[in-house]
Amino acid sequence: MIAMKIPFSYIFRNLWTRKLTTFLTASGMALVVFVFAAVLMLDAGLKKTMVGTGSLDNVLLIRAGSETEIQSGVSREQAALIEALPQVARSQTGDPMISKESMVLISLVKSGQDKGSNVVTRGVSPMGLELRPQVRMIEGRMFRPGSSELVVGRSINREFDGAQIGQTIRFAQREWTIVGVFDAGNSAFDSEIWGDVEQLMQAFRRLNYSSTLIKLASSDRYDSMVADVKADVRLTLDAKREQLFYEDQSRALSAFITILGNVLTVIFSIGAMIGAAITMYSSVAMRTAEIGTLRALGFRRPSILAAFLSESLMLGLVGGVVGLFFATFLQAITISTLNFQSFSQLAFSFTLTPKIVVITLIFAMVMGFVGGFLPALRASRMRIVDSLRAA
Amino acid sequence: MNPPLVEIRNLVKTYTRGDQAVPVLRDISLNIERGDFISLMGPSGSGKSTLLNLIAGIDKPTAGILRIDGEDISKLTEGELADWRASNIGFIFQFYNLMPVLTAYENVELPLLLTNLSKAERRERIEMTLGMVGLTERMDHYPNELSGGQQQRVAIARAIVTDPTILVCDEPTGDLDKQSATDVLNMLKELNDRLGKTIIMVTHDAHAAEAARRMVHLEKGELLDG
Amino acid sequence: MRPKQRGAWSISRRVSCSTAEHNPRPMYFLKLIFKNVFRAKLRTLLTLSGLVVAIVAFGLLQTVVGAWFAGANASSDARLVTRNAISLVFPMPTYYRERIRSIEGVKLVSYSQWFGGIYKEPQNFFPQFAVDHNTYFDIYREFIVPPEQLLAFKRDRQGALVGRKLAEQFGWKVGDVIPIRGTIFPGTWQFTIRGIFDGKDETTITRQFFMQWEYINEDIKRRFPRRGDQIGVFNILIDDPSRAADVAKAIDTEFRNSLAETLTETEKAFQLGFVAQSEAIVIAIRIVSFVVIFIIMAVVANTMAMTARERIAEYATLKALGFSPGYVAALIFGEAMVLSLVGAGVGILLTFPIASAFAASPAGAAFAVFRLTPETVGLQVVCALIVGVVAALVPGWRSARVKIVDGLRHVG
Repeated sequence: MIAMKIPFSYIFRNLWTRKLTTFLTASGMALVVFVFAAVLMLDAGLKKTMVGTGSLDNVLLIRAGSETEIQSGVSREQAALIEALPQVARSQTGDPMISKESMVLISLVKSGQDKGSNVVTRGVSPMGLELRPQVRMIEGRMFRPGSSELVVGRSINREFDGAQIGQTIRFAQREWTIVGVFDAGNSAFDSEIWGDVEQLMQAFRRLNYSSTLIKLASSDRYDSMVADVKADVRLTLDAKREQLFYEDQSRALSAFITILGNVLTVIFSIGAMIGAAITMYSSVAMRTAEIGTLRALGFRRPSILAAFLSESLMLGLVGGVVGLFFATFLQAITISTLNFQSFSQLAFSFTLTPKIVVITLIFAMVMGFVGGFLPALRASRMRIVDSLRAA
Repeated sequence: MNPPLVEIRNLVKTYTRGDQAVPVLRDISLNIERGDFISLMGPSGSGKSTLLNLIAGIDKPTAGILRIDGEDISKLTEGELADWRASNIGFIFQFYNLMPVLTAYENVELPLLLTNLSKAERRERIEMTLGMVGLTERMDHYPNELSGGQQQRVAIARAIVTDPTILVCDEPTGDLDKQSATDVLNMLKELNDRLGKTIIMVTHDAHAAEAARRMVHLEKGELLDG
Repeated sequence: MRPKQRGAWSISRRVSCSTAEHNPRPMYFLKLIFKNVFRAKLRTLLTLSGLVVAIVAFGLLQTVVGAWFAGANASSDARLVTRNAISLVFPMPTYYRERIRSIEGVKLVSYSQWFGGIYKEPQNFFPQFAVDHNTYFDIYREFIVPPEQLLAFKRDRQGALVGRKLAEQFGWKVGDVIPIRGTIFPGTWQFTIRGIFDGKDETTITRQFFMQWEYINEDIKRRFPRRGDQIGVFNILIDDPSRAADVAKAIDTEFRNSLAETLTETEKAFQLGFVAQSEAIVIAIRIVSFVVIFIIMAVVANTMAMTARERIAEYATLKALGFSPGYVAALIFGEAMVLSLVGAGVGILLTFPIASAFAASPAGAAFAVFRLTPETVGLQVVCALIVGVVAALVPGWRSARVKIVDGLRHVG
């Protein structure tokens, strides 16, 4: 009993001989793989952005019942009460690590559009920067407290014509000068504009903050802090870990991308598998005599099955590699769109992770396998005499 | 004296394979008279099929004169050649080359589609021709429902339905059993005898060649006799 | 001058043959094409199912994109929307209304406020607006409410008017009390449905919920005095749509340098503003809808390529018989066209029930209007035609060009 295997080069050459068909089938698969990978990358990018936005040790407090910072309001008295909580970390100088913030949406016009898009403009306390170590200035300088100066996130700087250093933005009866650009490590802060909280509140004639952000003295004191906030009737606030808060903020968008992406992938892969099946059926039909010859030479049915399945798997793999190759270029693209939940612009990039590479290649091979299985079965079931006669 | 129907002078055909020129026919001269039935014989690679293709107007010579019925067909354009074939040549192939999706009747009708005959006129001719080859009963059958000999008879009907000047046959019996081959050869003979069809047949089967009035042998692209 | 011997069955008249002027015999040609299409049944079936899936997917994706523009499509040229120039989340004082009304060209002024509440679960999202109950439905005539229901809504401070689609989604009837938890306006609010409105036509969005702004305002004023008498947008009906730009400018000039500067635009521009904000998604869906067509193009082209290759000997025979290369190419084109049009036909027929089923599903309920438009169907047909042509291009060209001698040798 010799297990005779059909050489790999035979499989490869068969694909190579019929270049047009192989090319068309593989490109169909490559396109499907591309879309599949793109959806995964988009979702990964969105998650990475939102997770990267918050720190686990920070706690964001907003008015109970409000879903976003925009809808929320925190009074100065409430902010003072929070400041005094024992769970709040202290800086080296002994100050409580809290940033009282005010958030508004202003409408700015994106490059190449004529309609305004909502941009988060956040007033932060001096401590605000320390609470977000991922934020660093990359151009210009930080705004001076007490001035009508603003700094813009990297994405804002890139996507809006009017957000360059030295330019002014007019709102709330004041001219605001942009003095710097910051990089927030691909987090949602990259899609924000920051200024001095007191100045912004004055301009907008606000008495209440939108939210307060504190750093926990230690991560495990989160539960006790939530309990303390709940216990105090004056604090009608919800406390949430910053990381979780931002993850929740993108839940609808993420669900939208995932659902749409999955539906598309299923539909597309049906098309691609049909393409593979057509190709493989024709491959079998055209090589009937060859199959007969191989069988006459002593190759067994499983070998024939394996040969045709490998051919189809290879087709899938080629499509997968090509699709993935083109998908890697997507990493250079940043998408800026409306986050339905926060009603403001959010920029995120296609992100390729090793996991996505593996999933995508498996997906491509599965497409090849499913598409090639029935034709391969037909090939292996042919009777030697019949197939030889077809010569 | 009438000029010969097919007049071949110093005909040369060369194929290029890669960057190498391969001569297939070297300096062939041959006359074929109207009403003749010749068989082109020779080992494979001798150029007999190439010569047949040239006369049939489905291939073009590299050099030389190829005049048929007074017309130099090597000078015709692709389109003119197609029209010329439609009215002058009837083809019979080794593997019949019938359209598998068409019935015997429809296969025979095919060349008539290129004429201005009305449907009724076509029907008349097709039925007559199929009667000639003895397939009246089978005219609604598809090729895969017919035996090899029957298929070749449909092909003969298709070849003569337009009443062409020349019938070209490429190994017409090559794929048939002995009885069917004899039937087909008898039919060709009859077409030649009774209707005066000029027939040019390529074969390497000596038995088949005997049906012809004249044999022409080729070897390595040259005529052995005239 | 053809000295020819003729038999009894031979033909007296020499037939004239010319492909240049020959009658294409369309019936025969079509018959040949149809027979060829269904020759390799399995392959044709597979290709057709691929086409059907692609055409349906394309139609649905285009409809999703269309749903994005539902607001813009439902808007009227005769209406303007005034909002705070900073952004939509900033309100304006309600007293602006009187000043807007005094501007020339303005016919009626109403106002509305995004309520943004949650009905039971956040997933149950639907738009809620607190409106001026006295004037809002005079401006929005496309909401058709039975007069007695409108009157009942106006009389009940806690009344609500809901659209047909929304009422059907949650099984609401007139008289039901609907609790809604406010996110912008704190607290849980109870509204009694006093009427259910229908849309004037299919473009009208009836997945909406309206309540009285006065009720919200009084409550908020009591709890948060500073937030009272503030409104999100003014909805303005103008006399002459052609003067929209001038009127809008006059309104914005009126409030220049005031505490809340305004931005006034036509309703359509206002709605398109929302679309523009999520333009990236719209573009992505659009691209993807064409990618699906590309994929199927590759599949059909592959089918045609294989078909043509298998039939090279047949096409060569046809050419040897005197058929022109164009005829052979036309056969392949015809076959590709039949294939793609049959696929498109089935696909389009299936798109209608699938779109309705989707619109009725929970996922489809998220779209205000989910309607298959004639334009989408037209696009599906165009795509199918393009797929057919492109798929036949290379095989058709190859088969037309193949040398007869080479083609004949290809006998299997």
